[in-house]
Parts: sequence; structure tokens; C-alpha cells
Amino acid sequence: MSNVMLEVKDLTTKYITRFQEDIYAVDHVSLKVEEGKTLGISGESGCGKSTLALSLMGYYFPPLHYTCGEIIIDGCNISGMDPDDVRKSILGTEISYIPQSAMNALNPTQKVIHFIEDVIQAHDPYQTKEEIYELARGCFESLGLPASVLQQYPVELSGGMKQRTVIATSVILFPKVLIADEPSSALDVTSQKMVIKMLKNLMENGFIKSLIFITHELPLLYNVADDIMVMYAGQIVEKGTAKEVVFDPLHPYAKGLMGSIIVPEEGLRECKLTAIPGVPPNLKNPPFGCRFAERCRYARPECTAFSVGMRDLERGRAYRCILSEKELRDAYRRGGQ
Amino acid sequence: MPDKRKVCLSGSGLTKVFGFGRQKTVAVDHVDFSFYEGEVVSIVGESGSGKTTLAKMLLGLIGTTEGEVYFQGKKRDISTQKKRLEYWRNIQAIFQDPFSSYNIFHKIDAVLLDCINMRGGRKLPHAKKAEMMAHACSFVNLKFEELTNKYPFELSGGQQQRLMIARIFLLKPKILLADEPTSMIDACSRATILDMLMQLRDEIGMTIIFITHDIGLAYYVSDSVYIMERGRFVEHGSADDVILRPKGAYTKRLIDDVPKIYEEWDLSTVLPYKHGG
Repeated sequence: MSNVMLEVKDLTTKYITRFQEDIYAVDHVSLKVEEGKTLGISGESGCGKSTLALSLMGYYFPPLHYTCGEIIIDGCNISGMDPDDVRKSILGTEISYIPQSAMNALNPTQKVIHFIEDVIQAHDPYQTKEEIYELARGCFESLGLPASVLQQYPVELSGGMKQRTVIATSVILFPKVLIADEPSSALDVTSQKMVIKMLKNLMENGFIKSLIFITHELPLLYNVADDIMVMYAGQIVEKGTAKEVVFDPLHPYAKGLMGSIIVPEEGLRECKLTAIPGVPPNLKNPPFGCRFAERCRYARPECTAFSVGMRDLERGRAYRCILSEKELRDAYRRGGQ
Repeated sequence: MPDKRKVCLSGSGLTKVFGFGRQKTVAVDHVDFSFYEGEVVSIVGESGSGKTTLAKMLLGLIGTTEGEVYFQGKKRDISTQKKRLEYWRNIQAIFQDPFSSYNIFHKIDAVLLDCINMRGGRKLPHAKKAEMMAHACSFVNLKFEELTNKYPFELSGGQQQRLMIARIFLLKPKILLADEPTSMIDACSRATILDMLMQLRDEIGMTIIFITHDIGLAYYVSDSVYIMERGRFVEHGSADDVILRPKGAYTKRLIDDVPKIYEEWDLSTVLPYKHGG
């Protein structure tokens, strides 16, 4: 039994808009990440992936508010903590984050080394510049980045280098959990591969203990993650190992997502991409019952009559639908003919 | 039968050089191409290979250092603003960053109304215009009621990009130049958008030029593919030939770097780090 690095139980967070409306962007999400594992989170834009990432870190600055649920990082419960305390004592050392636009995360007026000095001195003001330089150099070199990057300004670096610099900076305090939010979506395939390789190296070199990888690109997620969760409208709709979710999705939404994968492999042009019609529901007042019902091909009247819970199968596999596994498989077989 | 098809846009020896002396950078280096009418062409390359510079030259947004662009067999003439506007009626673009594609002071209604006016719909009654706008929005899976009276920055990146395509739907140009059109859109609506663009092409015989680094996308949509490396076309041909049976080493590496699901994705072949870019 390996250690659980991050455990989240029934986490719900909401945005309060300026019109005093509540938007539940993360709705009763439970997840567990074990040591040495990578959890992938996927879903379309606006489904709450990035909000989930912020919530996991306890980064509750308005308009984001914590409602209920528990976040346990390596045995330490941070769910009720003040966001300012979280920033001082948790971020960077326990849990760290690579933002979506890591390209803009670096300060253009500072050299990379000064940026790193800021990060480290925020947590330990007594470290000297020499110590920090040695630490940063060691960190960069073991991650395959040249130490000369430290003395450069962000504008001198290419996109892939900038991204990898941000990653190296985010793990410089050896966090237990690293959340990577679309770390490679702005890069071309070659730089993407470098970034992914680096993220994989982080775990092998002991910089981080577990990784949460958020992306909407499923072929990439399949290659990176051990387990995949699919989110839809703030809820988790499917959970399972990467292989199960990609090749044998159960939830109709996950099934639709898998039908939209594009990879340059033979046979792609013959099979037509399946698009899911419609738009995701507005989270201001989400529909009762199954949130996917209005776009679902297999929807029934019961779908919107009852609230739909997760159905747990064996080995951590779970999905959120009122149909049983057998009924869904039958429906897909009929739909495929 | 390549001779039967009509050439829509072609170029010979097209070159763009930025800077001079020590800082001289050849972004696009003597490229020749001919895109046929109703064809879907993809230009694939890494970042920094000159794809966007080429796109800007085709659009006439920046001048060419050398070489000529031919539009429908004739030499392109964009020497005056009037001729340029006429040219832009035929060629339109979708750029990679939707956030900087809009005028932030104009509401979404104004963006779409502009397109209707440009197609000679200035005198239509307001109800008709609203109907056209709603139709264009529903074409790209957006709800016009949710967009009207909003500013572009209130939309998400994906929505903005879809609105861009709604513009194209209203404008119906001869050539659409799509520069990384789906890089900000999630996989699920990407399929919808690609289907829409294909549908649009079938309807009005539009030529679509995709500029992308997503080889899967290029393979899925295009009839012919051009591979670009450091400002030159290193390989071109039909999509099946180029993607499934690549000849050049560069093309092979590019295809190897794409994450796949049926084949093993080999992480060991990664370069230590890349200069420039």
C-alpha cells in the first residue's frame, strides 16, 4: 500500500459574481493521488479543470470561495486554512503549480536567478544568494537545463525553454504534489516532448512525489498519466486507469471525447470524428439530475428526474450515469452499427 | 489530375528577410507553392519555422522581400488601400491568438455587423441582420442571446475563436487562412469546428490553408501537406504520402514527436534542448 499524497473528499468551491450569484465550478469532487503516480484530468474548456487546480492548493482568493469538503496533503488537512497562510506555508513546499500561461509567469524585468531568489526567500529569508545559486544550478542541471539560463532574461529564452524554466522553478522547494495546468498546450510538438520528458524526470529524480496533469489533449494525457479523470460541468463523470478511460469509456460524455481524438496514425481519415452536439450547461443554475442529459444520445426521462451519483466499479473505476455498465455497453454496440 | 484543377493562390520564390547585417534573419526562404481551388492545404512546421510570416505575406499584411504572389492566375496587386480591401474580401484569416484578434472597444454585435456590412448587407432591416448573426453563432455552437451586448474579453478563448469562425461564415471568402485555429479550443469542440469548416468549404468552394503544428489535425483535414523547416518547404505531397510515408528526416522526427495512442510514444529521442525558436 503506497502512501496517499493528496486526498480530496467532496470538495465544493464556488465563484461569487458581482451580481451575488453563486457558480459552483467544482462540485463534490473526490480524488486520491498516490505516491509516484500521475493523475490526469481532462474535460472541455470551462468545465472547471483550472478551478479545481486552484481549489486543490487552497488558493481561495475572491471571487473563488471554499464551500465544503476536505483537502489532505500527505496527512495534513488544509481545507479550513486562511489563503494567506496557505500561500506562506503550503504553496511551493507542499504543493506547487505550473500555471496555464507559464510563458507569462516569468518577470520580464528580472533575470531568472533573481526570480528564483524571490521564490526561495519568500519561504526562507535567511538563505544567502550563493546558496540559492548553487541550489538553482544543481536543480537546473539535473533537469537537463543549461545553468546559463539562470543569468538570462526571459525574453532571451524560447517558448519551450521558458516553460521548462518555470517548471524547474516550481519544483525548487521539493513539493510533494505538482499540479501542471496545460503545461504544453502553447508549444509545438518538439518542445512539448521536451517538457513532458522533464515532467517525467521530476518524479524519477525525486523532485516531486506525485503529479496532477491537467490538459484537454487526450493522446498526450494517455501517454503521461496513470489514472485519468474526466470532468464535465464541475463534476467528475468518469474515473479509471488511462487505458480504461481511453479505450473503454463508459460515460457517454467520455465516449464522445474519445471519439474526437486526432492522432497522425493510419485509419484516422477513414473514421469520422464524432462531435458532441450542443454546449455545456451554464453553471449559474445547472440542470437538476444529470448535467450531460441534454446533450446525451442515450438520455431518458429519468436522467433529469433524480440526482445522479457516481457508480463505483472495482479497482477505482467509477462513472456518473444512471445506466448500468451493461446497459451502456449495449447502447454503444447498437450505436456503433 | 492536377492540371484540371484551377490554381487559386500560388507563389514563386517568395522570400522575407527581417533585419540586415549581423541581425539578418531569413524567415521565409524562396518558397514555391500552388494551392488549388476548393483544396484544403496544411503548412506544418515547428514554431519559428516561418509559418506565420508566410501567412502574413499571403494576406498582404507585410511586404515581401522577393518573389510574387499570384491570386487566381493574376499577379496580386495591393498597392492601394482600395485594391487591398478588394483582396481582403477574397482572403480572410483566423489567427492563433483570439485574445488579440478583436478590437476590445467593440461589442460582439459590432464585430458581426461589420461582416454583414462588408458583404453588402448594409441596407438590410435590423431583424434580418440579427437573424443572420444568430444563425452564424449557432453554426459555431454559440448562443447569440448569451453573446449580444458583451465585449470580446468576456468570452473564453474557445468562444472567441469560435466567434472568429462565425465571422468567416458571414463573410464567405474565397480563401481562408487559418493560423493555428484550434490551438485554444478543446478537443471536443475542435471536431465540431473542423466539420463546420469542411461544410463551409463544400458550400462555397472555399480554399482552406491550415497553418499548424498539430500533425494529427493536418492529416485529418487536408488534401495536401507542406512541411516547413527554417523557412523552406522540405516536403510536400498528398496527406497520406507525407504523414504515413514520410521521406525527410525532419518530417519523420516531427511525426515521432506527436503523442500517439496505438503506438508507443518514445520519449528517449528527445533533443537535449533547442536554440532559438
